[in-house]
Amino acid sequence: MTKRNVILYGLGMAVSAAVLLAVFQRLVQPKYMTPPSLDGNLIGDYYNSGYDHDVLFIGDCECYENFSPVTLWQDYGIPCYIRGSAQQLIWQSYYLLEDALRYEKPKVAVFNVLSMKYGEPQKEEYNRMSIEGMRWSMSKVNNIKASMTEEESFLSYVFPVLRYHSGWSSISAEDFRYFFGVKPNFFAGYYLRADVKPAANVPKGTPLTDYTFSETCWDYLNRMRTLCEENDIRLVLIKAPSLYPYWYPEWNDQITDYAAAYDLPYINFLDEEVLAETGIDYNTDTYDAGLHLNVYGAEKLSHWFGGYLRDNYALPDRSNEPLLANEYANIAARYMSEIEWQKNNLTEYGNVFGLTAQETQ
Amino acid sequence: MLFTDSAFIIGLVLLCIVYFVIPKRFRWMLLLAASLAFYAYTGIGNLLYIGTTALSTYIITLLSDGFARERTQVLSLHKKDWSRDEKKAYKARMNKRRFRLLVLCLVLNFGILAVIKYGAFTVRNVNSLIGLFGGSGMKVPEFLLPMGISFYIFQTMGYAIDVYREKYPAEKNFARLLLFVSFFPQLVQGPISRYDDLSKGLFAGNGFQPRRVLFGTQRILWGYAKKMVLADRILPAVKLLISDPEQYQGVFVFLGILYYTLELYADFTGGIDITIGIGQVLGIPITENFNRPFFSKNISEYWRRWHITLGTWFKEYLFYPVSVCKPLLDLSKWSREKFGKNVGKYVPVFVSSIIVWFVTGLWHGAAWNFIVWGLMNAVIILISEILAPQYAKFHKRFAWSNTHAYDGFQALRTTLLMGFLRMFDCYRDVPLTFRMFGTMFTKWNLHVLWDGSLMQLSLSRADYVILIVGALTLFYASLRGRKGSVRKQVLEISPVLSCAMTVALLMIIVVFGAYGLGYDASQFIYNQF
Repeated sequence: MTKRNVILYGLGMAVSAAVLLAVFQRLVQPKYMTPPSLDGNLIGDYYNSGYDHDVLFIGDCECYENFSPVTLWQDYGIPCYIRGSAQQLIWQSYYLLEDALRYEKPKVAVFNVLSMKYGEPQKEEYNRMSIEGMRWSMSKVNNIKASMTEEESFLSYVFPVLRYHSGWSSISAEDFRYFFGVKPNFFAGYYLRADVKPAANVPKGTPLTDYTFSETCWDYLNRMRTLCEENDIRLVLIKAPSLYPYWYPEWNDQITDYAAAYDLPYINFLDEEVLAETGIDYNTDTYDAGLHLNVYGAEKLSHWFGGYLRDNYALPDRSNEPLLANEYANIAARYMSEIEWQKNNLTEYGNVFGLTAQETQ
Repeated sequence: MLFTDSAFIIGLVLLCIVYFVIPKRFRWMLLLAASLAFYAYTGIGNLLYIGTTALSTYIITLLSDGFARERTQVLSLHKKDWSRDEKKAYKARMNKRRFRLLVLCLVLNFGILAVIKYGAFTVRNVNSLIGLFGGSGMKVPEFLLPMGISFYIFQTMGYAIDVYREKYPAEKNFARLLLFVSFFPQLVQGPISRYDDLSKGLFAGNGFQPRRVLFGTQRILWGYAKKMVLADRILPAVKLLISDPEQYQGVFVFLGILYYTLELYADFTGGIDITIGIGQVLGIPITENFNRPFFSKNISEYWRRWHITLGTWFKEYLFYPVSVCKPLLDLSKWSREKFGKNVGKYVPVFVSSIIVWFVTGLWHGAAWNFIVWGLMNAVIILISEILAPQYAKFHKRFAWSNTHAYDGFQALRTTLLMGFLRMFDCYRDVPLTFRMFGTMFTKWNLHVLWDGSLMQLSLSRADYVILIVGALTLFYASLRGRKGSVRKQVLEISPVLSCAMTVALLMIIVVFGAYGLGYDASQFIYNQF
């Protein structure tokens, strides 16, 4: 065999193996297009935005299901984006903020403090949702390293096929339909729900043996604060008005003390006075009995918060900027039609996704 | 570190690249560094054990070699002036010295193995005996078994005996001997190589040869496919069937035997394929350890085709020396006189076989189940030996017993027989093994084959499809292999087909491999021995 042939055959094998692996990897990777598991696409959706946000939210579902960027835009002309993901841990929030700073420099960063309760990596599935959508950078590398549970491997983030290969037996039409990309399901990072399930019998928190947040969490909160200071970003700490998981007064006190020590604003939306000001009614404004707000609650909360941001951070009304106006007009149009679609589904099928009785089983 | 660890695979690719890039004379040094790093990864303290074996063998074989050379020189110097008796006496004196050195080497190294691997087993059994007389036992020592200790000690002692027998001179470079002892692909589960076989390739520093690298890569991938697609996929079912003997009886025991047979074969031969494949890529021929064992017509033949290097080791270094040792020859002579020619001729064979199989069982593990397993092998082989003349008559009388169909029956019989014997390995408890064997004939639950119970064994329908297709592929490859290397046959058809086969193997491993989250990263079975 000549040297030329050896190189040709070698290259042929390498290229065909790479192509086949890439195709297979894309096929078995979760597409997160089947309700209700849609939120796996949230992180990646950020890179389709215009990178010109005055406010950036970071945190878990209490962020991306409780605040409506469309309301903030429509009521105050504040462009904002929610970099949220399911059970986003504080180091993931930190690295997502760091990652976002590669593309833009918001004036305000809003961090939901619920994740302070998790001092260690939790679930692999949630890690995937928080990390896989990120573009490759040192932030992503560090995020993976900080987030991996014991049974995970770094290599499986680099080559997700190593994680999802066993999904070959459940490849469906959806995997082919969304092979080249998924359709956007979110509204500047907001996950919209238009159904209503009143909060009733909210469970009280069981006493804990130790209420102290872990050193890791404090460390990342400090790093987040420093990162904001270095980039001239105002960090706002919030606790969203979700009734559970239970937010203990002892946890609240620690955050209050920290905010006071570093002159940071901290808004606990569970505080009765603040809650009254927002106008949230847990009989009509939540879709899962107080865990998350529905779109009506999110709009109320966002309206209040928009006023707070405008008054305290002198955020300008940018609704007359054509590029932004155009971008948010598109988002708002999709937003309105989504509400209508979900309402119709509720009437017709009894659920917002339009699932038949068989599909919901 | 497992062959299936990503760190190993990445390290191996890097090693191969560097190996072919650096000058020839440095290649064996790179292999030594890689081998020591690989072993250190399993526990830095383990280097002490392997280092002791290498160093002690190095010093002792050099001394032994020195005595041999001195003997030759002195004898040639005194060729004329010494009488025959003087020469004989001198030769005996020198050989005795050399023999003492060999014994020292064997005692030291097998002593290490005995203490580490068999210390706890021995003390536990002694304690049981003491307990019978009401005494309190000794503390059971606990050692972590260094990876591959049985393999490298057997390989190194084989070298020491060969040097003693003057088959080849002792290696003068300690680093080179250390590489022979610690060559990393062999540390996981063998094979047990001979120095004169392995050293040629090990120190040759062969360069990049496309055909060899392609074949080696294909062999590696074939090994990974066996291990990851078949062995690791069926493993949870085997574990489940063994874990609850009260629930899984009757047909389940038979299924367990079949499943374990497939798992063990795919696991062990897969690991050896990876080892030999790595050697092939690097231009280091490694001795084959299997020769289509399930085509064997009887157990003796099976053991000539399964774990060949271990069998060869025992034959050369234990069976033959024991067979011709003075006490056994005396016993044979006494038996002939006492019981006649027929009985007398069997005595050395029987005694040697029982010793060899007892040690073979013990080699596999420090437990009674392995010892009983070994002795059961001996019993079947010896019965076959005794009945050999009757078999010959049978084949002569009945023509149909010489057909391919009968060959197939014999192969199936051997496979099942070996499967039954392996139950000792599965259940790891001698009375339980006999009890479970009995349930195959007393518990009639054939309905589990069609009532959906098979789907409750940690295997899905898709798993069964993969396992059946995989097992058939192995069978087909074995059949094709009788005409020579399958890889060569494919390459002769077309280089493009050969390349496509390589890519297909890679894809099969990636897609159907039982690895990653949700699967247990499982050790190679023979790595535990």
